[in-house]
Amino acid sequence: MPLLKDKDREYLKGEFTRRLTSPVKLLFFTQTLECSTCELARQIYEEVASLSDQISLTKYNFVVDKEQVDKYRVDKIPALVVEGAKDYGIRFYGLPSGYEFTSLIEDIFDVAAGSTRLAEETKEALARLTQPVHLQVFVTPT
Amino acid sequence: MRLAHQMALESDLVTADMVEIQEFPYLGNKYNVYGVPKTVANETVHLEGAVPEPKFLEAVLKAGSTVNA
Repeated sequence: MPLLKDKDREYLKGEFTRRLTSPVKLLFFTQTLECSTCELARQIYEEVASLSDQISLTKYNFVVDKEQVDKYRVDKIPALVVEGAKDYGIRFYGLPSGYEFTSLIEDIFDVAAGSTRLAEETKEALARLTQPVHLQVFVTPT
Repeated sequence: MRLAHQMALESDLVTADMVEIQEFPYLGNKYNVYGVPKTVANETVHLEGAVPEPKFLEAVLKAGSTVNA
């Protein structure tokens, strides 16, 4: 049974068709055993990917596909990498439900465009960073 | 969440994880997460709640100017 409502599917399909002019890769890291939310996460990402030809979904096994796990520095599952022309360092660990589903959709648009709506001053300040910054944003299902 | 991912996109030095705390409770304990959203930058800078862009940026710049522990 699909997770998204029909009207949401139609809406997203339309927005993707209109706004996605470049490909977006969803890389999903999972494991069949010992991950209670992996199955649901997979369904969500499969449905999203099915709504646009520009969105591809690749599934990796957290235990077996060590090369990819290392390359993307994935340390827990379920994990999703949202990749565009390159890997921007965007990760989702756990289910993107409620508000975070909207975050995922907005991220897909940004990644396809390769740019965001952050203020110019913010972009300039970020350009002056000299050291890596790893952000972890903790959320709960909404 | 959006600000963190947007900043990751704009800067090659920034990476941003959404972490659903109920699925990873050990991280909630590790970083003393009592309310959400909570952002931790480079293990050192803690930001509570949803904050406006300039304040979020301030935390990112602070983390980026401190020598990594």
